Amino acid sequence: MRKGIGLPVFPGVAIGPAVVYSKAQRTLPVPSGDPAVEKAKFESAVEVAREQLTAIFEKAKAEVGEEHAAIVEVQLLMLDDPDYVDGVTMSIESGAAAALAALETGEEFAQIFAAMDDEYMKARSADIRDMSQRIYDILCGNTGFSLPDGSFLLVAEDLAPSETIQLPRDRILAFVTRQGSSSSHTAILARTLSIPSLVQADINFDDARSCQILAVDGFTGTWYADPDEETLAMLKAKQEEAAAAKNALEAYRGKESITRSGKKVLLAANIGCPEDAEDAIKADAEGVGLMRSEFLYLGRDSLPSEDDLFEAYKKVALIMGERPVVIRTLDIGADKQVAYLGLEKEENPALGLRGLRICLTNEEIFRPQLRAIYRASAYGNLNVMFPMVASVWELKAAKALCAKVRNELTKEGIPTKEVPIGVMIETPAAAILANDLAKEAAFFSVGTNDLTQYTLAVDRQNAKLGEFYDPYHPALLALMAHIAKAANDNGIWAGICGELGADPKLQEKFIEMGFSELSMAAGRILESRKRVCESDV
Amino acid sequence: MKEFKYVITDPLGMHARPAGMLVKAVAPYTSAITITAPTGSADARRLMALMRLVAKQGMELTVTVDGADEEKAAAELQAFFSANL
Repeated sequence: MRKGIGLPVFPGVAIGPAVVYSKAQRTLPVPSGDPAVEKAKFESAVEVAREQLTAIFEKAKAEVGEEHAAIVEVQLLMLDDPDYVDGVTMSIESGAAAALAALETGEEFAQIFAAMDDEYMKARSADIRDMSQRIYDILCGNTGFSLPDGSFLLVAEDLAPSETIQLPRDRILAFVTRQGSSSSHTAILARTLSIPSLVQADINFDDARSCQILAVDGFTGTWYADPDEETLAMLKAKQEEAAAAKNALEAYRGKESITRSGKKVLLAANIGCPEDAEDAIKADAEGVGLMRSEFLYLGRDSLPSEDDLFEAYKKVALIMGERPVVIRTLDIGADKQVAYLGLEKEENPALGLRGLRICLTNEEIFRPQLRAIYRASAYGNLNVMFPMVASVWELKAAKALCAKVRNELTKEGIPTKEVPIGVMIETPAAAILANDLAKEAAFFSVGTNDLTQYTLAVDRQNAKLGEFYDPYHPALLALMAHIAKAANDNGIWAGICGELGADPKLQEKFIEMGFSELSMAAGRILESRKRVCESDV
Repeated sequence: MKEFKYVITDPLGMHARPAGMLVKAVAPYTSAITITAPTGSADARRLMALMRLVAKQGMELTVTVDGADEEKAAAELQAFFSANL
């Protein structure tokens, strides 16, 4: 047995096989220098790719139906596309090794598709890349990153949103990352999925690879590789205890969240995609206090179209029904980057072109998103809020665009509803100006992660600054109290959608300050309701 | 040489799936088969070339079949287009 520690980001115990995530490391085989040999290599790799894709196709057909499996079938046909094969052959004949010829020819075609003036065809460039990458991987003797059947604990250096989006979330028992912090992407995802996880863990990949069983204790922040019998028994007991405690919380399902003195609090969930909304309902959330739109923008090659966004928002609106949903407009930049926006690399991304700043300077990004939100508004109870506001004029400019978009839709005969417009308070400037912003906004929601980072001038991605990232800092709490008071004085509601919203040590204080909505990871709703109902404030 | 015209009725146009099915449908024939759309023309055996036509609903396609089995191929293709596009 080997053990070590990490920073726990969600309580609970996970026990199972470990998988080490690695960006596929490929070694290019030495080219033979003989085109005939390289050509034969390419042909046999195509056959292996065909077998792999056929297997994937059959599996997809059985699991999701022929219609959806068609995308795999298209890749199968691309393997035999004479233009592709001719391109690779020509490249080999001019001296390239089979692996590079396959990859580069695929890239050429992918770029042609990516440049096409058609959303659907643009998206096909990903299929072409996938297909040629597969041949390349086969030729490099690398099968890529493969996952076992069944559930597992995922060990990684750190995980980017574009990486986690491709993982089978229902099979992950825990994340264990060597980097990251309690507010990094992996930690947020762990809380969304309610799985015990460690960041900044001192685990080495060889230990993780060689062990039969990895266990994570999210209560103490300990990991065990091949735990001995005694430890395993202790962990299993803890796991059962946690399950029992979770069951006890079921008594609060369906109950009203109201303190003993009669203060009503809306307990809502933070979500990233329509699937999360289903989890939110299962967790008995009373609404969605934060829908992070950016996950609709990650893991793809081009901007999502207005229709893509509309479908996603509509789905969430329909799932949540009468319950309020707050959609935050795109907050890309800083730790979330997408290549296709073509944004310049910045010296200080956290202080750079991000959030509403991107939207106000790029109407072609913002407008389709607002149109999608207004179109979806007809299907539920939607609210919109803008991230990274620092000045009143920014809010006014965004509101003007909202009014314009709604007007246009009305003229086009598309039904919309009134969408209350709020501000995500996450810059100290917005907090200080809360009284002025409250006159223009329908609500406030405090993004405590960024507000902490900007107020304390502490980079939340920097693991070394851990002890300085203090969400209980009096300066921060003073700002929070000011925000709530400004909202109440001006007759609007204020909520919290950062990690602090679920903090057991602060929830009561926040209610006392005058916050009437707390939005959090779905898994924390019932325990929060228990706390609210047992509170005297 | 045989030739016929067909106006696409599928709301999605000639997207990847029907284009792939077309490639499979023409495989058994030896005739040269060309699809011409207002956006260009493509060999019916070349999937990516077909996709690059971005043939949409309402566009008129001209299908030409030239070779030993053109009779049979053209008849088969007419049926294919009405059934799938």
